Amino acid sequence: MTNTWMDIKNANVILVMGGNAAEAHPVGFKWVVEAKAHNKAKLIVVDPRFTRTASVADYYAPIRSGTDIAFLNGVIRYILEKGQVQHEYVKAYTNASFIVREDFKFEDGLFSGYNEKEHKYDKTSWAYELDDKGMAKVDETLQNPRCVINLLKHHVERYTPEMVSSITGTPQKQFLEICEMLAATSAPDRTLTSLYALGWTQHSIGAQNIRALAMLQLLLGNIGMPGGGVNALRGHSNIQGLSDLGLMSDLLPGYMTMPKDEDLDRATYLDKRTPKLLRPGQMNYFANYPKFFVSLMKAWYGPAATKDNDFAYDWMPKLDKVYDGLRVFDLMHEGKINGYFCQGFNPLASFPNKNKLSESLSKLKYLVVMDPLATETSEFWKNHGESNDVDASKIQTEVFRLPTTLFAEEEGSLVNSSRWLQWHWKGADAPGECRTDVAIMSDLFLKLREMYKKEGGAFPDPILNLHWPYHDAEEATPEELAKEYNGKALADIMDPNDKTKVLIKAGQQLSSFAQLADDGTTSCGTWIFCGSWTEAGNQMARRDTADPSGLGIAPNWAWAWPANRRILYNRASCDPSGKPWDAKRKLIGWDGTKWGGYDVPDFKADIPPGDAMNPFIMTNEGVGRLFALDKMAEGPFPEHYEPFENPLGTNPLHPKVVSNPAARVFDKDREHFGTNAEFPYVGTTYRLTEHFHFWTKHSKINASLQPEQFVEVGEALAQEKGIANGDRVIVRSKRGYIKAVAVVTKRIKALDVAGKRVHQIGVPIHWGFTGAARQGFLANTLTPFVGDANTQTPEFKSFLVNIEKDTDGKVPAVPEATASATMKTADAGDVDLGRRGWLFGRKRKEEV
Amino acid sequence: MKSGFRQDFPILLKGLFRYNECHPIFFYWFLSNTMQISRRQFFKLSAAALGSSSIAAMGLMPAQALAEVRQFKLARTTETRNTCPYCSVACGIIMYSIGDKAKNAKSEIIHIEGDPDHPVSRGSLCPKGAGLLEFVHSKTRVTFPEYRAPGSNEWKRVSWEWAVERIAKLMKEDRDQHFIAKNDKGQTVNRWNTVGFLAASAASNEAGYLTHKVLRSLGVVALDNQARV
Repeated sequence: MTNTWMDIKNANVILVMGGNAAEAHPVGFKWVVEAKAHNKAKLIVVDPRFTRTASVADYYAPIRSGTDIAFLNGVIRYILEKGQVQHEYVKAYTNASFIVREDFKFEDGLFSGYNEKEHKYDKTSWAYELDDKGMAKVDETLQNPRCVINLLKHHVERYTPEMVSSITGTPQKQFLEICEMLAATSAPDRTLTSLYALGWTQHSIGAQNIRALAMLQLLLGNIGMPGGGVNALRGHSNIQGLSDLGLMSDLLPGYMTMPKDEDLDRATYLDKRTPKLLRPGQMNYFANYPKFFVSLMKAWYGPAATKDNDFAYDWMPKLDKVYDGLRVFDLMHEGKINGYFCQGFNPLASFPNKNKLSESLSKLKYLVVMDPLATETSEFWKNHGESNDVDASKIQTEVFRLPTTLFAEEEGSLVNSSRWLQWHWKGADAPGECRTDVAIMSDLFLKLREMYKKEGGAFPDPILNLHWPYHDAEEATPEELAKEYNGKALADIMDPNDKTKVLIKAGQQLSSFAQLADDGTTSCGTWIFCGSWTEAGNQMARRDTADPSGLGIAPNWAWAWPANRRILYNRASCDPSGKPWDAKRKLIGWDGTKWGGYDVPDFKADIPPGDAMNPFIMTNEGVGRLFALDKMAEGPFPEHYEPFENPLGTNPLHPKVVSNPAARVFDKDREHFGTNAEFPYVGTTYRLTEHFHFWTKHSKINASLQPEQFVEVGEALAQEKGIANGDRVIVRSKRGYIKAVAVVTKRIKALDVAGKRVHQIGVPIHWGFTGAARQGFLANTLTPFVGDANTQTPEFKSFLVNIEKDTDGKVPAVPEATASATMKTADAGDVDLGRRGWLFGRKRKEEV
Repeated sequence: MKSGFRQDFPILLKGLFRYNECHPIFFYWFLSNTMQISRRQFFKLSAAALGSSSIAAMGLMPAQALAEVRQFKLARTTETRNTCPYCSVACGIIMYSIGDKAKNAKSEIIHIEGDPDHPVSRGSLCPKGAGLLEFVHSKTRVTFPEYRAPGSNEWKRVSWEWAVERIAKLMKEDRDQHFIAKNDKGQTVNRWNTVGFLAASAASNEAGYLTHKVLRSLGVVALDNQARV
């Protein structure tokens, strides 16, 4: 989120597209209700299904799954044509006036530089014209036809209301009414906020869905504004934190990136990643990259990372390619992965094409599952009947299942979608022999280190030298680890304004990433978390709810990255002269000497209004990008590409380029894509309010709320297929089938798309073969093995299926409890107060 | 039942002697266990014996007490603040547990509800969060390390020591055999790409941070978490 949950109350218009907040984020959705009740906000929902969010919306429009870019590009065309953009904002704060190179082109569905053989672009032409000082050329009159805004106008010209309606299936009238409501937020005192989640990310063009919305928000002048922004609702409780900490193949903490093979030394690596200024007088904050990187190496390798060994640069593994989840399962399928670890992750249910995943896991030498629950992945080798029909005797994988604690049994911090780091405390010991992830990782590491010390082996240096300063080596405390990622001074840090004064003494906690150095005198495990645990203590544990602005800021509740800033890009909430665009939304201001206010200014504090410095301080040109340069895989502007499995078999805009030309498809998977002749209906997966992924089916109360697998089928299709409400049905894709109960509904209507009638089938995901609910099929049995070209997030939201009545369908049984919890584990000496209920048992008896 | 009484009796006595007026819960427990009186009788008795001050302070005047069962239940528990582990709204929760964290008393969470102080959730929980207690006490939690041998059809209980030793051995064998120090071009790459690791995006920052640190030191490149899906 650029903004926060509470900030939604400041919006005038709320667009929920690519998400279903009322069901998936019900408590956060209260702020939408608040905006409707007290800010007269209008809620617009665009979704293939009439969701529970739609049921409380002011306006709902249906859309064919996977066509959001066509819709959004149509909206952009509408506002540009009507001139309903925030003109001053667009001119000053975006790259609308920047001039793009002559050789940049878009023709027949492809941008310039496409390499058909490699399904990749050479992005050289996706750049600005530069002057002789290397600065980007701009034309502030916007007359030059190569200005970004003019290229954008040309690009979206094709997305007429007729074309949008034909691609998306959204009736033209509804589309235009939504355009009108969104366009009205171009007024400086009105804002639009957007709430999205997996409905936008789980497509082969997922990242461009979000780009399109971000561009729309820049054009409407809604980025940086209270009540505006681009707001990813996000999934798991610490999915934001794990992203921030860089736990992905190609990332390091704080969104630094892993070195590649050709980055031979630290200087080469840093040179490629430290952005050069593109416009005079801009802050270009990522120019500090070397400080973030060296401080990370000091946190990881401590005294062993020195100037002489290039701060242990060689110890950092180098990437020859990105080893994302899909790639790793593909390599596993080819027998190239020997060991696999799942720490609180259930990939058999969470990656696409369950049958391929199961075959892949069967080729492993060993699998280690660390989880509080008995997951499907941990039992992939076990025959659970039709929904996991495998022969254990033929699977040679050694499987370890290690029990871990869960949230209630551990202390630490999580980052929510508003970027708040909130501390939580332990309430009870875990049952049996469960251990924390920290203890397990420490144990494994210490055991390996001991073996390497004793026996030697392949390149032991980084293992032997890893900085391990923890009081109890076998289990570092959350406090120690939090202090480490916050960072500390390794030498005295002097005041930059008075070189005789010590600002921070050696050994003390840092309070800001502005204090980081690239000479090894600071250590910091995650630069964006710097400030979370300072000399003043644990800032994440703060619990002051005061909100002096009334705008929903609560600056002293927990701690938000970066620098406790609650609304990103907030300098853009004021005009270039420093006056707020909307006096009612005054967040920050210039007091004559510095910026300050209710939020931490996202700007250099002492640069006065009117200066050349622009609000988007993380970009090297200082402005928001309507033209994405080379940052995206499939082009600087979003373009509509069909899902890899689509009901048309063509792309109405450019039949030669149907789907994302830059997406990666493994050869064997291409054979497993279905055609619309064989599988005529669009399938889409989603979540229910009673369940969270595959966890809550282990909780009896949730299992009884939604006990059994079902699919949603529109009335028209049900009638065509002779399916009645409550019938058992089989849904098939090219990759496999699932069996479920049919819920025949008015909520999913057939759509008219490019002269064709298209039916969509809804597939909720929450069942499997372990837990307390009725046994079901993993929904990813149906989904295709392809992801977004930038993120490799799988295309779970749009694929092809067929449906038939299951004539001899049996009702599935509740699985037997499979986990060890059913066996007695408590030590005899323990006083198990709760279960026996010595206090309450008697009371209950009396009441009976 | 009896062992519980023995373990708790000294604590109770301490409570009785420390205060000049007995804590109503202890008093009720003590009387009802020793004198076999009903709760109704207890309230009559205690009102007569102690005066109403402490009982009224607890909201336990006899007439109200019958409608105040929940408060009564939680009055002896320990409150712990936590965050709902499901979605990223991160609603505040309060966990109520039995046991005062004494060494030999195993604490157990008996109730979880929304934290009214939390500025986003303000005490609310959704149908997912409202079922958290059953998630904590799920019958399908794993509670000890288990091992499934190649080709076997069943789990075998193992010790932590055995599991860690065996896993570390498998890791080292694989790493020593497949670690790539230099690529075909002779560039130093120091990676181990025959092992994959999925990290948990419901784990804490601290667990995630340490996991990352350990894995990169081993040369792991095939690393991912749920943000990918």
